[in-house]
Amino acid sequence: MRYDVAIIGGGVVGCAIARALSRFRLRTILLEKECEVGFGTSKSNSGIIHAGHNGATGTLKGELEWAGNRLWDKLHDELDFGFHRNGELMVAMSPEQVSRLEHFLEQGRKRGVTGLEIWDGDRVRREEPALSTEIVAALAAPTAGVVNPYEVCFSLIENACLNGVELAVGMPVRAIRPMAGGGFDIVTPERLVHARYIVNSAGLFSDEIARMAGAGDYTIRPRKGEEYLLDKRLKGLVTRTIFPCPTPQSKGILVIPTYDGTLMIGPTAGFIDDKNERSTTAAGAEEIFAAVRRFCPGISERDCIAEFAGLRATIEGDDFVIAPSKQKGFINCVGIQSPGLTAAPAIAERIVAILRDEGLEMIENDRFQPRVGKRVRFATLSLEDQVRLAAEDHRFGRIGCRCEQISEREIIDAIHAGARTLDGIKFRTRAGMGRCQGGFCSWRSMQLLSSELGIPMTAVTKRGGNTWIVCERKAKSANEGGDA
Amino acid sequence: MITAEPRHLESRYDVVIAGAGPAGMAAAMGARERGAEKILLIDREREAGGILWQCIHHGFGLIHFGTELTGPEYAQRCLQQVIDGGIDVLTDTYVYDISPERTLKLMSGTQGIKLVDAGAVVLAMGARERTRGAIRIGGERPSGVLTAGLAQKFVNMMGLLPGRRVVILGSGDIGLIMARRLTLEGVEVLGVFEIMPHANGLNRNVVQCLHDFDIPLHLSTTIVDIRGRERVTGVTVAPVDEAFKPDMSRAWDVDCDTVMLSIGLIPENELSRRINLRFDPVTTGPIVSSTMETTANGVFACGNVAHIHDLVDFVSRESLLAGRSAGEFATGKRPPADNIRLMPGDNVTYCVPQTVSSDREHTIYMRVKKPMEECTIKFGDIYSKKLPYVFPAEMVTIKMQAKFLQKFHGDTLRVDVVKRG
Repeated sequence: MRYDVAIIGGGVVGCAIARALSRFRLRTILLEKECEVGFGTSKSNSGIIHAGHNGATGTLKGELEWAGNRLWDKLHDELDFGFHRNGELMVAMSPEQVSRLEHFLEQGRKRGVTGLEIWDGDRVRREEPALSTEIVAALAAPTAGVVNPYEVCFSLIENACLNGVELAVGMPVRAIRPMAGGGFDIVTPERLVHARYIVNSAGLFSDEIARMAGAGDYTIRPRKGEEYLLDKRLKGLVTRTIFPCPTPQSKGILVIPTYDGTLMIGPTAGFIDDKNERSTTAAGAEEIFAAVRRFCPGISERDCIAEFAGLRATIEGDDFVIAPSKQKGFINCVGIQSPGLTAAPAIAERIVAILRDEGLEMIENDRFQPRVGKRVRFATLSLEDQVRLAAEDHRFGRIGCRCEQISEREIIDAIHAGARTLDGIKFRTRAGMGRCQGGFCSWRSMQLLSSELGIPMTAVTKRGGNTWIVCERKAKSANEGGDA
Repeated sequence: MITAEPRHLESRYDVVIAGAGPAGMAAAMGARERGAEKILLIDREREAGGILWQCIHHGFGLIHFGTELTGPEYAQRCLQQVIDGGIDVLTDTYVYDISPERTLKLMSGTQGIKLVDAGAVVLAMGARERTRGAIRIGGERPSGVLTAGLAQKFVNMMGLLPGRRVVILGSGDIGLIMARRLTLEGVEVLGVFEIMPHANGLNRNVVQCLHDFDIPLHLSTTIVDIRGRERVTGVTVAPVDEAFKPDMSRAWDVDCDTVMLSIGLIPENELSRRINLRFDPVTTGPIVSSTMETTANGVFACGNVAHIHDLVDFVSRESLLAGRSAGEFATGKRPPADNIRLMPGDNVTYCVPQTVSSDREHTIYMRVKKPMEECTIKFGDIYSKKLPYVFPAEMVTIKMQAKFLQKFHGDTLRVDVVKRG
């Protein structure tokens, strides 16, 4: 099969590009090395839609942060993922920091960011009573929001596939061969894919993908961020995302009220060498809790229910690279780190424009369907609707995950929507994300995966590959786990 | 296994019990004993009996039934009483919500969504296990890190193994039991690592589950790092000092494919928090009076919801009391209110119930902070009793007669466990 466009990498950027291209009559394929989309950097993203004033003037980051920010309401309306504009506060703990706030205020206003205001300490505490009395001022930005980044990936790709994009997961790209008459042969362990154009949105590995095609010499350095999730009991402690005054290295350690209300704190920012390392550390935890307690003293280490780490794909120069390469037909999307999630919808539009400029004929797909089916979130329905649904299907009446109050039917729906692993279920439905961390629901979800997909329990994995969960009783050699 | 089907789900019951484990089943019997007529016992699993079904080892029932039973045998005996007592059992049903007026919202695989009014409610949802996040072990996040209770479910209920080379963190009873169980299944159990200087499970389990199988128990030692990008490949363990700080100079690596956690239970109180109860910050369960009534009228709590027990026999005894009280409440009888608050003093972590009444006898359950031999438990200056030893993992139970309490004229009675001599 010959494709017009192959997108390499199914993080939020790749998924947004796939969805944008699905508006046109193109044969598009997205190649993802993991077993589901969004399972790399996007899954552990903080989920913040930045307000628009952050990226420096004259950078692609600054431009696309604000451009992307404005696209999220429509996307949310069409694609049914968790998103709301909860606003952010950038807090200053000293008079010197107040001048930094003014810089961001000015930068944002010039760009047209609406609603920016500097609040004094009293106003800050009136609006967010849990914040420290030592905060002297804050820059309030109502345009900031939060999303569930993994849900965004799932919704984007679901919609893209609905409109004809082909998704190939578990397809790591091993080699790319530019062809004499134009186009590329893309080699994966299972198949050879031929595409006229390639969009490289491979995140941490986008340097390696570019090099395979002779399309640029970049070096991605992973910068790790640890994040800590707090118990639901603290829901509402703060309602806006709270930033300290940023430094050139990082936007700092934040308190993030995630879309579902659970507080998340982090991230750290430290360069590492290994693109597959995602360990959390005692030092990271200490740094994060100490940092957030300075401006939000009510947060305690005892409230932690889970921790994880994600990797930012940073490059030299620190701005996004979104451009055609010296290899005709190969478009790079490299160095997409924060505010990459915010910018993703705008990056996708830019890629559409670049492909058009590069000679790809873009004919509108008049059968384009911009929406995905509304997902049932049983716990959020009215009593009447719950009674009606449970009467229609008894699986709505059966509890699947108690902490997040997810019904069995919602888990089955997630499997039918593409979840193939426990993490796939967890990030689609929240089953297993609560305070018992899957103690109650993981074996139920495993049984549902087993029965719906017709696979043995030993073939159910946490997130694909060798992440088996249980093995057979009869003796086998030690390194042999689940039978795939 | 026996499961009773409700003949017809009514819209009002005298007593509704959330959770049909040992606590809920005993509470149902207590309520029946005190004249409650319509009693509904609810469980989210397909069968009543709770966690007992997966506890296939023996050691249950010596106190309550006067004979040694396995978990399933204990469950079956309780269930038989429940069925003979004509109690409605509704399984495959989750109590989704509760209001202060004692209307319960049920989410049921057989009945759909239903509202039920209760004359009295007993909260008997049990406990859940602490997880990796609660103690924040550093390292990667591979598959193969699971709690001991989940491992027990896999092995005993589903016939599957959690892995082949297992390291156990924490020496809670379930972890000790699972060390033996997995060894019998041919799994290599490489050691149990306990951050405290003493084991956290019952002594009999340390002897019968570890010593008898030559499984090493490393005290004052913990896991500091979990490795493995996909499945667990190993851990780093290190001894800790008195402040629980790991000494990395003496750390060592263990190759394994599974990390099993037995680091404690937490009372399951999601439902209790839907109404505005007062909680004990130490037990993390609702504060209960001597009738096991919470701070909400007509709402009772017992078993692991109120505090973590180490023997099911005590769960049954405490829950029988809660059920009796609920039955009395539902039939309009009220005992005199409590007039004495128990205050944990030296080497006492908590006391349940938190208050007592000087008009009758009570069983008081308590835990100590640290092991002590040749000690005395003192209730102010009205009562003292010599104990040969106390141990944090073993609950202390004291029968307190009314005649002693009547000697006390204050409102806060301090309880201390002190060294003799």
